[in-house]
Amino acid sequence: MSQGPSDPKALPYVSHWELFTGFLMVGLFGFGGIAAAIYHVVVERKRWLSARDYAAVLGLGQVLPGANLVNITAVIGDRFGGLSGAVLSLIGLTLAPVLILVGLATLYDQFAMNPDVIAGTKAAAAGAAGLIFGTGYKLGKTILDTRWSLFFAALSFISIGLLRLPLLGTLAVLAPIAIAFSFWRGQREG
Amino acid sequence: MKDDLLWQIAISFFFTAIISVGGISTMIPEIHRQVVEMKGWMTNEQFATAFAISQVAPGPNILMMTMIGWRVAGWAGLAVATLATIIPTSIIALIAGRAEERIAHARWYAMTKRALPPLVVGLICASALITAQAAITDWLGVVLAAGVAIYMATTRSNPLVPLSVVVVVGIVAARFGYF
Repeated sequence: MSQGPSDPKALPYVSHWELFTGFLMVGLFGFGGIAAAIYHVVVERKRWLSARDYAAVLGLGQVLPGANLVNITAVIGDRFGGLSGAVLSLIGLTLAPVLILVGLATLYDQFAMNPDVIAGTKAAAAGAAGLIFGTGYKLGKTILDTRWSLFFAALSFISIGLLRLPLLGTLAVLAPIAIAFSFWRGQREG
Repeated sequence: MKDDLLWQIAISFFFTAIISVGGISTMIPEIHRQVVEMKGWMTNEQFATAFAISQVAPGPNILMMTMIGWRVAGWAGLAVATLATIIPTSIIALIAGRAEERIAHARWYAMTKRALPPLVVGLICASALITAQAAITDWLGVVLAAGVAIYMATTRSNPLVPLSVVVVVGIVAARFGYF
């Protein structure tokens, strides 16, 4: 790593401890997912990355397999602190939420027979399903802007949601077709 | 055969994470298929409850996988499920992250970035359907889910707000014998 001070890509110095505590904050403040919290901490509060550089990392995370934002955490941790920085960032991100989760679940088990808890959990579970519908709608509104994108979304929905086919087979068929199609369209548009 | 169970969790979760694009929403249908439909480690109701609890806790949504591991095989299951979900894909991301400059200018990258999101939207809707089928048993459930969906679709607020409201409504409704 020989990045001089005149290098426009030069990164600010971020210690391992800062990485750990920064992502600890992301984990603790991230309710309903960490998308907003990670942007807030990494770009707005700590200014580790510019909005533009963050968008580039996020874009990369979206085409890679697995949990997008956890992957991004590893990439950012690695960029500032190498492999050990990545590991510390991941631990910072997940440790506190895992313990809180287990605490909540244990608490739930203690009172699982209580009629109020039963009704509340049933309601929360129904609400959580609604949460995904809302997210899908919101994303769909911005992403599905052509008839073709709607068509591909419908295909993956039918395959997984209605036919209950395995994800591997579905993606192995649909992803190459969608990518090839996107190539073809790109070529036609010049 | 506890070790055998842990191995199965490791393989199941690793496989689900490594073939999914778009995060937890696309993992839910696959992990539901494996854990509830194929292996019978959890009932549909337990799956829905685990999801609800993981949504109320802060942190990455991927903790749903952690929660399933914990429910199926205790602390060891928790560790195995979490690591199998996070580590292999993080290694791939880390390698890709180091080559980001080169990848960002590749033609296939731009095409893939345009091609995948519609598929992900379809997967998220499938995920919503499967979760709804596991969680909703009566008309009030439909109303509550629809309420949260509309609220989330039309505002930018924190999901804890509508979730807390539904919990209160559910408890009150149950006290009056409607839930």
